[in-house]
Amino acid sequence: MKKKIWVFAEQVKCGLDPVVFELLTKAGELAAELGGETEVAAVLLGDGVEPFCGLLAEQGAEVVYLADDPALGMYNPMLYAPLIVELAKKEEPEIFLFGATAIGSQLGPTVAAGLSTGVAAHCVDMRINSDKLLVADVPSFGGKILGEILCPDTRPQMASVKPGIFVQGPPCPKPLNVVKMDLSLLPKSDLPLKALSLEKKEVEGVPLEKADIVFCGGYGLGNKENWDKLVKLAAIFGGAAACTRPAVDEGWSGGEHLMIGTSGKSIRPKVYVGFGISGATHHICGMKDSGLIISVNKDEKAPVFEVSDVAVAMDLNKVLDGMLARLS
Amino acid sequence: MALNIVVCIKPVPDPAYYDKVSIDPVTKRITREGIPTIINPVDKNAIEAALQLKSAYGGKVTVITMAPPNATENLREALAMGADEGILLSDRAFGGADTLATSYTLAKGIEKLGSFDIVFCGAESADGATAQVSSQLGEWLGVPHLWNVFALEAPEEKQLRVKTKIENGAMEWEIKAPCLLAVAREVNKPRFISAMGIIKAKNKPISTWSKADLIVEDSRLGLEGSPTKAGGVFTPDLKRKGEMLKGDPEQIVEEILQRLRAGGISIDLDGSCEWGGGK
Ligand SMILES: Cc1cc2nc3c(=O)[nH]c(=O)nc-3n(C[C@H](O)[C@H](O)[C@H](O)COP(=O)(O)OP(=O)(O)OC[C@H]3O[C@@H](n4cnc5c(N)ncnc54)[C@H](O)[C@@H]3O)c2cc1C
Ligand SMILES: Cc1cc2nc3c(=O)[nH]c(=O)nc-3n(C[C@H](O)[C@H](O)[C@H](O)COP(=O)(O)OP(=O)(O)OC[C@H]3O[C@@H](n4cnc5c(N)ncnc54)[C@H](O)[C@@H]3O)c2cc1C
Repeated sequence: MKKKIWVFAEQVKCGLDPVVFELLTKAGELAAELGGETEVAAVLLGDGVEPFCGLLAEQGAEVVYLADDPALGMYNPMLYAPLIVELAKKEEPEIFLFGATAIGSQLGPTVAAGLSTGVAAHCVDMRINSDKLLVADVPSFGGKILGEILCPDTRPQMASVKPGIFVQGPPCPKPLNVVKMDLSLLPKSDLPLKALSLEKKEVEGVPLEKADIVFCGGYGLGNKENWDKLVKLAAIFGGAAACTRPAVDEGWSGGEHLMIGTSGKSIRPKVYVGFGISGATHHICGMKDSGLIISVNKDEKAPVFEVSDVAVAMDLNKVLDGMLARLS
Repeated sequence: MALNIVVCIKPVPDPAYYDKVSIDPVTKRITREGIPTIINPVDKNAIEAALQLKSAYGGKVTVITMAPPNATENLREALAMGADEGILLSDRAFGGADTLATSYTLAKGIEKLGSFDIVFCGAESADGATAQVSSQLGEWLGVPHLWNVFALEAPEEKQLRVKTKIENGAMEWEIKAPCLLAVAREVNKPRFISAMGIIKAKNKPISTWSKADLIVEDSRLGLEGSPTKAGGVFTPDLKRKGEMLKGDPEQIVEEILQRLRAGGISIDLDGSCEWGGGK
């Protein structure tokens, strides 16, 4: 029988989540490593989402399992999970990947419980070993430790991956092949859980994940004025501003959606410039894949310098003001 | 009427010290010696949420943990915050559990408590940090569950209005008890422990239940009941060369701009004011 690698095609409101394309690319690589007849498929649920099937095929999905129904317009685990569990029981995928987004982080383990199988959480890398098993590198202790997680005896071998960990590859178009899921399984009665609304803020400026240059501010910024300077600097370069957790907690930065790290985003810009950041593992593991890392910290022994290409041991006020003066 | 609330807490090594966690080169095990064990930070938000609902509607708050025997100290701290009773699930057979086996064992402990209205969890632990236990616990218990709850209202005793975080936004939900909510740290500010709280906690009950006290399938416990298996562990090598720039601020700024350009950011330093992005 053909082996199947599935990707959950998360979409919220305005389209497919970019993590879906990152995962389809990875799924293609894993399929090649597994060898034999291995098929990459996407699992798409929602309302009016049929038009997305083509985009999924374009990125390598040989099959799109589709559940398109008004009841699925807003994500609800009590509707989504049973449909996916039944589909997986019938089709028996070998591997099933989820984005570790807010929705995927709940849906993945929920589906896994329904299938009594394992999920490797927040993988930063994955590969197929000589036994043809999925090996996933999973961070713990704030990214200080990586552990290999396998799921040898149950199927599918599930894994979740944060957005931005893998890179979307070039398109690899496949003929469109849509398989409709069995909607008779949708519960008809009143559920004890109802989704009432879904709001997404429009992102201002360049989205963090897409920026070539990111200016990141930490607790050393000291005040909101310096954060505003950072935003100005980012705008000059057409880049984005980001922050550490203390800068969120102090209320200086725009909010948690700009936070980099284990509890925040993973980014890999061409250049990352950090101001007033000590270098805690929780933060570093979200930016370590940046092309060039420049850090400004007044403490010349700051641990962040060890994980930086370029170290500037200086009061960040001088550097920020100097850069703005030079560029305005 | 009153609410029967259960809070799941996990004792974890204090995350302030994770830079000191390492791997023993000989045994290849994770060493975290000398790092104090605390209640997983966001689990205190879960306790706080439970205590607030109790003060609104009356009832009882039970804290439960699956952990080694010394976790009674962490339970005692939760009691000092104001919880009423502590349950420690502890048995060698529970060891080596992944999230499926952990949530199964917690579910069996909660079932032994009798009926419940709301189970609170933290969204994510600081150490394992899979963020999977709460959703799987909800499934084992067969109740609706939500993850990443940052706002919570109970207009009626058994009907809650809840908001969950999503990327750049939020979802709003109506959820009926019995249910499970995994909270994010924005949901509230955990109270501090008072001297009175500590004194009262001394007389509050803590029970320890082993495998024999629970109705369980052995094959679902601990290492055996865990579909995931651990392979090797390693520490990622993140070291870079850390070249120190020297000079006065003006020189440093020039130097930084040169590095940005070398790093692939197109900046037209001498031309007009066209600062193109790096596209
Ligand atoms: C479960 C958990 C999850 C977490 N997740 C994240 C996460 O996702 N992302 C995250 O960022 N953090 C996270 N944290 C927090 C993390 O552990 C650190 O506390 C945090 O990253 C430190 O931020 P910082 O470097 O900005 O602040 P600090 O560690 O306080 O460092 C400030 C630095 O600024 C320097 N400085 C001060 N003044 C100046 C000045 N005038 N000029 C130059 N330098 C100056 C100081 O020398 C110091 O090195 C998490 C913590 C926990 C417990
Ligand atoms: C390096 C490493 C990697 C790991 N990777 C995986 C993996 O990929 N997949 C996997 O399934 N397991 C994995 N595990 C095992 C996992 O850490 C354990 O199963 C752990 O007992 C529960 O998971 P967690 O800490 O991630 O909890 P989370 O799901 O992050 O915890 C969420 C909430 O659940 C509650 N909770 C969690 N544990 C307990 C408890 N023992 N008692 C009471 N309440 C609790 C708390 O309210 C907590 O805030 C890994 C462990 C290590 C050391």
